[in-house]
Amino acid sequence: MTSASEHLTKPLMTSTEPATTMELKLRRRARISSLFRYAVLAAFGLLMLYPLIWLIGASFKTNAEIFASPSFWPKEPTLDGYINGWKTSTPYTFGHFIWNTLVIIIPKVIGTAVSCTLVAYGFARFEFPGKKILFMTVIATLLLPNVVTRIPQYLLFRDIGWLDSFLPLWVPSALAGDAFFVFMLIQFLRAIPRDMEEAARVDGANTLQTLIYIVVPMLMPAIISVCLFQFMWTMNDFLGPLIYISSVENYPVSLALKLSIDTTEAFDWNQILAMSVLALAPSLTVFFLAQKYFIEGISTGGVKG
Amino acid sequence: MGGDNRFLGLAYVTPYLVGLLFFTAFPFAASFYLSFTNYDLLSTPDWVGLRNYEKLLTRDRTFDKSLSVTLLYVAMTVPLKLGFALLVAVILNYRLRAINLFRTAYYVPSILGGSVAIAVLWRYIFAHNGLVNLGLTSLGLEPVNWFGDPQNALFTLTLLRCWQFGSAMVIFLAALQSVDKSLYEAATIDGANRWHVFRYITLPLITPVIFFNLIMQTVQAFQEFNGPYIITNGGPLKSTYLLPLYIYDKAFKSFDMGYASAIAWVLFAIIMTLTLIAFWSSKKWVYYAGDRRS
Repeated sequence: MTSASEHLTKPLMTSTEPATTMELKLRRRARISSLFRYAVLAAFGLLMLYPLIWLIGASFKTNAEIFASPSFWPKEPTLDGYINGWKTSTPYTFGHFIWNTLVIIIPKVIGTAVSCTLVAYGFARFEFPGKKILFMTVIATLLLPNVVTRIPQYLLFRDIGWLDSFLPLWVPSALAGDAFFVFMLIQFLRAIPRDMEEAARVDGANTLQTLIYIVVPMLMPAIISVCLFQFMWTMNDFLGPLIYISSVENYPVSLALKLSIDTTEAFDWNQILAMSVLALAPSLTVFFLAQKYFIEGISTGGVKG
Repeated sequence: MGGDNRFLGLAYVTPYLVGLLFFTAFPFAASFYLSFTNYDLLSTPDWVGLRNYEKLLTRDRTFDKSLSVTLLYVAMTVPLKLGFALLVAVILNYRLRAINLFRTAYYVPSILGGSVAIAVLWRYIFAHNGLVNLGLTSLGLEPVNWFGDPQNALFTLTLLRCWQFGSAMVIFLAALQSVDKSLYEAATIDGANRWHVFRYITLPLITPVIFFNLIMQTVQAFQEFNGPYIITNGGPLKSTYLLPLYIYDKAFKSFDMGYASAIAWVLFAIIMTLTLIAFWSSKKWVYYAGDRRS
């Protein structure tokens, strides 16, 4: 069936001869329609990104100007929002909250990468008793709404004395708790041929050495995707800290920002906007540096599901 | 690696097994148990049988309101967001040279996702004299009371999530790009117009991905918390008081853990039922070309 259609389309695809008027007409129409498409896409893209552009501009505006014009460009640029926002209404600077966020993110990302790689390797390359059922639990966890397990998790962490510490925020992830990542790595691993690993085994490497020296290098793009997604999600996580962190000293950025809305609401808008920019900056930077991994990760994790 | 010890694989998945038992399986069971109790964190859980559920389903006005708001929110957000994502993906899929640039631009809002900063931004641009209304008045239109009016508030939250259609779009786009191009050519030669090609070739081939996105987005929409909590705090007049907010208030403000668990289980039952319906119906509309994929 494919060969027949290829045969039919061949004359159309390889027309190097002078074009007929009919073809010229078609080509012109195609060019106009693609021009139109570009225009629509560009206008739409600008509309999509304008809130973010406005946010950055408005963070340099005076409070009087923020709600005065829809333009993003500040007429009298000022750093007041950043300077005052950085001080916060607490005894700590905003830098302290960024530091807290880092202290959560680093063990969480490393723990996720290591544990999910080990687990995905176990699922994708070995047979063991109960594998089928365990794999089904991965899928079930993927679909299980967190809302069901949240209350007992809170009680569990209370009983082992982890409340108001960072542990509840990263330990579950370091035990391959995010089924999405396990699933994504298994999908990637299944697509990698086993020849190299088998050759290494024949040469006397044990399974752990094979994992470290053969599998991990090949799986690296996927592992990087996992780290990046986990980084973003942790930066954005609000409900977790809201439930588990109670003292301001331990607040991550997301809670600190919410606190600053609640306390400086009345008229210091530019402070809140400036700190919002700072809260988004790490995610945006990482995304633009490594966007390829995001797109690949989400395409593979999603499409093959 | 057939010659290996049968338990070697089990050793590799141990971290997952431990996490599953402590942080998923046990809390899952405990939550079910708690939903039949009265528990205020201070004493021990007190078994009350079906009383929580009975109260919830027959005498709790807040629950009724919250449930209808949640269903409305999901019914608005999921189709709008997915329709949008698919439309943009289809447009991007025509061999445009700048496809990567556009893909990145459209994806940025989803990456920032549930961030508090984005919720703050939304609050500002939809404020009474915020960016959107300034734009509307400069076009000679009436300003809209986006968050103050119970009629509009939920929709404004829906807009926030639709703005983040990027991740669904990237998944659609990847699927569209994997469709065999020769099928299009064959159909065009047979005289099919663009709509026919889309309707009878493209759409059936990407149904697995539509199915995946549909389930993931629905499960996510039912659990929306950050938007309504930060932007509207459930108001005005509880018009954005989604069930996750109600659960949160019951559990962590009034410390009524048993009742909160019961609400969580009702929400879970709704999500499960819809997911099962989706899986069951998928046999009729999802096309799996298993043998054609390598």
